[in-house]
Amino acid sequence: MASIPMEQGLVLAAVLFTLGLIGVLVRRNIIFVLLSLEVMLNASGLAFIVAGYRWSQPDGQILFLFVLTMAAAEVSVGLALVLQLHRLFKTLDIDVASRMRG
Amino acid sequence: MNAVYYISSVVAVIATAAAITGLNPVHSLLYLIVSFLAVALVFFTLGAPVIAALEVIIYAGAIIVLFIFVVMILNIGNEAVEQEKRWTVGKAWIGPGALAFVLIAEVVYVLFQNTSHLTNGSPIQPSELGATLFGPYMLGVELASMVLLAGLIGAYHLGRRRQPDETQQKREEPATGKGAGGGPAPKEPVDASVGH
Repeated sequence: MASIPMEQGLVLAAVLFTLGLIGVLVRRNIIFVLLSLEVMLNASGLAFIVAGYRWSQPDGQILFLFVLTMAAAEVSVGLALVLQLHRLFKTLDIDVASRMRG
Repeated sequence: MNAVYYISSVVAVIATAAAITGLNPVHSLLYLIVSFLAVALVFFTLGAPVIAALEVIIYAGAIIVLFIFVVMILNIGNEAVEQEKRWTVGKAWIGPGALAFVLIAEVVYVLFQNTSHLTNGSPIQPSELGATLFGPYMLGVELASMVLLAGLIGAYHLGRRRQPDETQQKREEPATGKGAGGGPAPKEPVDASVGH
């Protein structure tokens, strides 16, 4: 029944966040970019949970609920943008949509 | 009992790495489901059973279903059947299945431990969580509801298919139709190759 050190939980959160960041930077398919964003948001929520576990307070879990709400709203808008992108350009490559037409 | 935490962490990292390096969206989504399940088990180990349940329901359930809907919508066509055959080969299930088997073995182990908390420190009870959520964090709940409403309206507005007569009207107004965003994109030689 040993307790898990806080550093190990934060290391796991950092590794997951870094994996998501690498995905956002490297991948050019917008579906994979959104997927990596979800991984990053999940990792930040994990850091909140680890902090809440360290001090045995429910505040970390409540902040995770807010992160969860934000992730759900973000992914719905993002996937609607994916549909528009595919409708306009017939591709999912985000480099195609790198120019603004004002 | 910390082994449950460490094994779940390793499974989460492996599944996430496989998800972001995969070439096929559906295979990556399979790995992402396993990753979320592993993180849910980590949450349970860290004394957050409510959050673990929400992670499974909302992340591994609702958000992944949204992704799968979009992947399926974007592939309507003649090649969809062939693609479906290629996506559901048995080989694709081996990796996520093996990782998920590790997780289910851990869950069975936890069930037979007959204890409500795995590590030191008592888990946060749902009543405590609710009392704090609707007490000091009431303003946050209101703001979260506004974020969800904005997301709903934004997704409806962006995902709506524009009527052809509407775009026709926009095109006939040369002065204002340029930047209104309503007209169809000018036909450009678009590179059709999707970045890997």
